[in-house]
Amino acid sequence: MLVIEGIHAFYGRIEALKGVSLEVKQGEIVTLIGANGAGKSTLLMTICGQPRGQGGRIVLEGIDITNMSTHQIMRRGIAQSPEGRRVFPRMTVYENLQMGAINVDPGHFEGDLKRCFELFPILERRRGQRAGTLSGGEQQMLAIARAMMARPRLLLLDEPSLGLAPLIVRQIFSVIKELNQQGVTVLLVEQNAFHALKLAHRAYVLVNGQITMTGTGRQLLADPEVRRAYLEGGH
Amino acid sequence: MTGLLAGLDGNRLLRHVLGAVLITFLMTSLIVGLELVATQTGLSLRPRYHIVLYCVVVVALGSTAVFALAERSWRLPMLVGVVIAALLLVPLLTGNLASDLAFLLPFPVAPLNWLALLLPAFILIRAAQLAYASARPPAAAARRREMTRTGKLVSLGLGLLLILVAFAFPISPWGSRQLVDILTIVLIYIMLGWGLNIVVGLAGLLDLGYVAFYAVGAYSYALLSEYFGWSFWVCLPLAGLFAASFGIVLGFPVLRLRGDYLAIVTLGFGEIIRVVLINWYEFTGGPDGIGGIPRPSFFGLPFQANPPRDGGETFASFFGLSFDPYHRIAFLYYLILVLALFTNWFTIRIRKLPIGRAWEALREDEIACRALGLNPTNVKLAAFGIGAMFAGFAGSFFAARQGFISPESFVFIESAVILAIVVLGGLGSQLGIVFSAAILIGLPEFFRELEDYRMLAFGLVMVLIMIWKPTGLVSHRDPTIRLHPRGDGR
Repeated sequence: MLVIEGIHAFYGRIEALKGVSLEVKQGEIVTLIGANGAGKSTLLMTICGQPRGQGGRIVLEGIDITNMSTHQIMRRGIAQSPEGRRVFPRMTVYENLQMGAINVDPGHFEGDLKRCFELFPILERRRGQRAGTLSGGEQQMLAIARAMMARPRLLLLDEPSLGLAPLIVRQIFSVIKELNQQGVTVLLVEQNAFHALKLAHRAYVLVNGQITMTGTGRQLLADPEVRRAYLEGGH
Repeated sequence: MTGLLAGLDGNRLLRHVLGAVLITFLMTSLIVGLELVATQTGLSLRPRYHIVLYCVVVVALGSTAVFALAERSWRLPMLVGVVIAALLLVPLLTGNLASDLAFLLPFPVAPLNWLALLLPAFILIRAAQLAYASARPPAAAARRREMTRTGKLVSLGLGLLLILVAFAFPISPWGSRQLVDILTIVLIYIMLGWGLNIVVGLAGLLDLGYVAFYAVGAYSYALLSEYFGWSFWVCLPLAGLFAASFGIVLGFPVLRLRGDYLAIVTLGFGEIIRVVLINWYEFTGGPDGIGGIPRPSFFGLPFQANPPRDGGETFASFFGLSFDPYHRIAFLYYLILVLALFTNWFTIRIRKLPIGRAWEALREDEIACRALGLNPTNVKLAAFGIGAMFAGFAGSFFAARQGFISPESFVFIESAVILAIVVLGGLGSQLGIVFSAAILIGLPEFFRELEDYRMLAFGLVMVLIMIWKPTGLVSHRDPTIRLHPRGDGR
């Protein structure tokens, strides 16, 4: 579904991605783990065209999107829940969800809204409330729901567990799994390696802008090097 | 007495009041207390110590009240407010400046004395707020958030009422020529405020050069009528179109800028337009301006005393009325009222459409907007263009009303005033803009007879608004973060 071949990305003169290749197949959950500054978020942003990928190709469903502008890419069945949630704080939950559906045929709106509220019942109770007044977990749910309103076939999630209580993290991961079972392909960037790897069909490890390891989620979870670097570090 | 001073530190209160009194005395004793009078023998000083005494007493009372209010005590300020109000009201209501009690009034003109009532009013309102807050259990404060629905209904009802009053006003017995004229000016600014609100309030793009588009609209009509003899009704949409294209032209280079940088560039653009208007003498008439701009007609019927030379009828003769210049003034008033209401209607409508939502979202978070597949360039250009269009409409109306325009009408301070209207009204609030335009434009016009004092009143009102309503008169969308929780009364 999404194929990335030897992509480089730069912030000014700093090379954040050094020839990354990665593939996400239809119906998969693919996880990308790595330390701070490894380039995980940059990779997601590069898929969206900002910064623009250089030196390689990004192909989405057979179409080369490397040189498309962000808003064109985001209308091709791809949606992102960005790092730090980035909900619109002074707009209500309902308005945020409307914004998610801004490029979708309005005929789908009611149905999609119902689906979102089924996934995240708390959002229905908060629909008239300003997004800025939601708790962190609720905001994350809203960010995912907003992305889902765009009816993506590929969902990009950037650290959905950031700063959330373990119970909420579990809840969010179970929703991701559910979405995947409904047919949405997911590319998940995470620091919370344990949960993310358990969930993933396949996973990549990104170190200093390069993929150093790949395998099924279970393989990486069992790998001693991954365990040492990402799972047992703080303990 | 102890009840009055409950919760107050007597010593600190005394020190506070004595300090204020001392400063007042030192400041007023020489400047106010001695009057220089010219007599036949030369200049001499005449003491006016009763005024100094007056100042000292007022400051003592006022500072007592302010101190108590700051300590969240309300009984003493209530008493002080009532006393001051009574001292002012009694002479004001009985015979005014002529009465024996006139020495109680601080100013030599009646309107200023009425304005002085703001001081006790401020104290009383604040005291009442504190009293209310202390009598009410804190749980009640939390309920405020859910009142937004009622709040919306109230503001809708108030809006409709205002529209009705606005339409009825010129034909009502209160509709004097001077008042309708002032209201016409206020309405121009309301329309400009509503137009700028699209750019600043909704899209969140700080535009300090908005008056440039106003100028473009005004000159469009003036020049088109001068060179081609086109009528107001043809030029009105064209003026909007020209202003919108200028908005888009300005938009293109500045779209990558944000916040302060954008403000500076728009400021520069406003000046460029003005400087071009001044210097392109052959085309725009330069600093001389353009005069003799034709007035708008009522469906082809002009407002004038005598029928046009080439035959035809005037407004008055067509409707069988005797000629009255008030007709034209009222017509201009209705014209700008309709234009302004159209602006408002358009804004309310577009807010609910995807483009309006996109403006608000863009104001909140540009990166998130990109992630949703919005093209920020187009969204911003639309905001600039549409905002400028309404300034263009207002500009051509302005030219038609004045009959004469020059670059002097389009200086930076105009932009600042329009921006102040939008900000004071509460960014994004339509009704708030009406109130703040009425205050910022209407008050100085209304109190024009006070001459320089009116700037004093103007400043006072501005300060009071900022104290009471730091987020604008009608803040529709609350700030996300508050330093103090709501209902805390701080």
